Amino acid sequence: MEPAIEIVGVTKRFRRHTEPNKSIKERLLYFRKNEVREFDALHDIDLVVVPGETIGLLGHNGSGKSTLLKCIAGTIRPTTGEIRVRGRMAAMLELGAGFHPDLTGRENVFLNGSILGFSREHVTRIFDEIVAFAELEEFIDQQVKYYSSGMYARLGFAVAVNLEPDVLLVDEVLAVGDENFQRKCLERVRRFQTEGRTIVLVTHSPDQVIQLCDRALVLDHGHALHVGETAEAVRVFRHALHASSGAHDPVLAEAAAAAVGGALTIVDATATASDGTDTVRPGDGVTIELRYLATEHIPSARARIVITTHDGVQMLNASTFDLLGHDLGDLHGAGSVRFRIQRLPLLDGTYRVGVVLQDPSETFQYDEDLDACTFDVFTGRPITGRVELAIEVEHDTGLPAA
Amino acid sequence: MTAATPERHEPSARRSHYEVRENRTVAPGFLQRGRRVWEYRELLGSLTRRELKIKYKDSVLGFLWTLLNPLLYLVVFSIVFAVFLRTNVPLYGVYLLTGLLAWTMFSTGTTGATISITGNGPLVQKVWFPREILPLSAIGAALINFFFQFVVLVIALVVFQRSPAWEYAPLLVPALLVTVLWAAALGIVLSAINVHYRDVQHLLELLFLAWFWMTPIVYQFDLMGDLLVGRGLSDRLAMVNPMIPVVTTFQRVIYNPTHEIGTEAAMNFDFLLGRSGLWYLENLAISGAMAAVVLVVGVKIFGKLEADLGEEL
Repeated sequence: MEPAIEIVGVTKRFRRHTEPNKSIKERLLYFRKNEVREFDALHDIDLVVVPGETIGLLGHNGSGKSTLLKCIAGTIRPTTGEIRVRGRMAAMLELGAGFHPDLTGRENVFLNGSILGFSREHVTRIFDEIVAFAELEEFIDQQVKYYSSGMYARLGFAVAVNLEPDVLLVDEVLAVGDENFQRKCLERVRRFQTEGRTIVLVTHSPDQVIQLCDRALVLDHGHALHVGETAEAVRVFRHALHASSGAHDPVLAEAAAAAVGGALTIVDATATASDGTDTVRPGDGVTIELRYLATEHIPSARARIVITTHDGVQMLNASTFDLLGHDLGDLHGAGSVRFRIQRLPLLDGTYRVGVVLQDPSETFQYDEDLDACTFDVFTGRPITGRVELAIEVEHDTGLPAA
Repeated sequence: MTAATPERHEPSARRSHYEVRENRTVAPGFLQRGRRVWEYRELLGSLTRRELKIKYKDSVLGFLWTLLNPLLYLVVFSIVFAVFLRTNVPLYGVYLLTGLLAWTMFSTGTTGATISITGNGPLVQKVWFPREILPLSAIGAALINFFFQFVVLVIALVVFQRSPAWEYAPLLVPALLVTVLWAAALGIVLSAINVHYRDVQHLLELLFLAWFWMTPIVYQFDLMGDLLVGRGLSDRLAMVNPMIPVVTTFQRVIYNPTHEIGTEAAMNFDFLLGRSGLWYLENLAISGAMAAVVLVVGVKIFGKLEADLGEEL
C-alpha cells in the first residue's frame, strides 16, 4: 500500500535575528551588527505513515513537533527534504483559523470549507451535519463575533472533521469545549480511525498518545528520538523531559520557604518506585516521601497526599489522620513523612503527587505543593483505563441453547 | 464492540484522481503555480466575496456606499471644475470619473493585495492553500467594485445623453485585462515583501499619489503629448507609465471626445481623437507585455519568500 504521508530527510533551518528589525531603515542601519543565529527546528526527520494509521507527534515545547506539522500542512517549506501527502488533507492547526468575526456562522462554514480545499457543493451536502455536530442550529446565522470561544471552537472542529478528509492533522485542539463536547470529539476521532483515515496528532500529552495513537514519533530539539509503538515512545518522551527539566534543588526550596516565613514548610517531595526509579513496573510499589522543615515547635499537624492523573482526576486523597487514626505529633526542625504504597493497581500513565501540610482542624494549611513530583506507571500491557483490576476471564463453550 | 462496522473509507474511489500534495525544498514553477490557483478558483471566489461582504457589514446603506463614492466625485468635481476653475472640458465630472474608476481599480487592487497576506496572518500560519489566492482575491474585490461603480458612469451617460464610442468599445476588454495584470504583477510580489518589510505598504501610498498625478486623469493626455511632440519625441514615450494606455483607452471609449469635434473644446483631445484603434491596442500590448515580465519575476520572488511566511508573520 502506498503511504499516506512520506517524510524524507526533512530539515527546517530557521534564521533568528537577535532582534527582529521590521523596517528597511533599521535593517540598513544595523546591517552586519545584527547577529543572525541559525538553528535547526527540525533535523533530518524521516517518517512514513501508512493509510489508516494514527500517529502521534510527541514532544515538549520547542521540540519541533508543531514545525513538523506545519511542514506536513504545507504552511512552511522545509529547508531540505521532501514531504508527500496522498489524499485530501484537512489541517486543524487551530480551530476556526480563517473564521472572520464579521461573517455569520453559515458564511464562515462555507469559507472555511473552501479554505481547506473542499468544493462548495461538498460543503452544501454536509452543511446540516456540521451544524448539528457543533450544536449551533440556533446561532448559525449570527455573526461569529457574538459566539463564545467554546462555540467558535465547536464550529471549527465540526467543519474540519465533517469534511471527511483522507488525512487529518490535529494540533492539540482536542482539549476544547466542555467535557461533553470533548467526548464527542474523541468519538468522532475514533470513527475516523475505524473508517481507515489517517490522523497526525500533535500533543504533549502522553495519555492522548496512548489513548488514540497506533504509533508515535518523539521529537526533542528537532531530532527524532524514537519512532514506534506508543508505550515505548511515551517512556522515551518522559526521560527526555526529565533530562531537560533538571533536578529539583532542595536548598533553593528551603530558602524560598523561609522567605515566606512559614513555621512549617514543605522542603520537597519525591516519589520512588521499589527499584529506585520513578517508573513503577508491574508488582512494584511506590514510596512518597515528604520532607518538611519546622522553624518552631509544632505540637501536632496533618500531612496529606493527593495523587491525580495527568488530566486531573483524583486517584487518591488521604491524610495521615485518615491512614493512622491520629495526627503527626511533635514537629520540630527537619523531618520527613514516608507514605509507602505497597501495591499500586494503576494503569499506564503519568501521575502527579501533591502534598499538603495542614493544621489538625484542617482550617488552615501550613504549606502545600499540589505539583510536588510525578511518577510513571508502566505495565507493558495493552489495557487502557485507570485502575488495574484483578480480572479472571471464563469462557464456556457449547452450552445448550435456552 | 461497536454495533455496526462502519464502511471502510476508500479515498481513491471517491475521486477520479488520488491527489498528491508535495512540499519540497524547491518552489514550484510558474505554470504549476498557475494550475494550483486554477484548482483553488472556488476559494478565490469565496475570499473575494468575503472581502466585499466585510467591507460594508454592519452599515445601514451597505453596498450603496460603493455607488455613492463615484456619485459624489461626479457632482463635486463637476461643480468645482466647471464653476470655479472654468475648465473648457465639457461634462468634466464624467471625464474625470472615467479615468478615475480605471485608476481606482488598479490602485485599490494593488494596495489591497499588498496587505492581503499580513492581514490574514492566522490563515496563512495555519492552513495551506496557494498563497497567491490572497492577493488575487483583493484584486478580484477591486474588479467587482469597479463594475458596480461603472454603473454610476453608465447612468451619467444616459442622463447627459452622451453615447460612448462603440467602434472603440472592444478595446475595453484588453484595457481591463492589462489593469488586472498590473495589479496582480505588483500585488503578488509586494504582498510577500510586505511581510518582511512593512514599509512597503506606506511606500506604496506615496508612490500611488505620485503615479496618480503622472497619469492624465484630472488633466488631458494632450498636455503630455504636446510636451513630447514639441521636443521632437514620440508620444509613445509617455507609455513608460503603463497606466496611461489604460486610462486613455477608457477616456476614448466612455467619455468619447468625438462629441466635441467642431467645437472649441476639441483642442483638448487632439491626441485621443487623432489616433486609430490600433494605436490604443499597441499601447495596451506594450503595457501588458511589461506587466507579464513583472508578473513572472514577481511570482519567482514570491515563491522564494513564501517558504517561511508561516513563521515570519
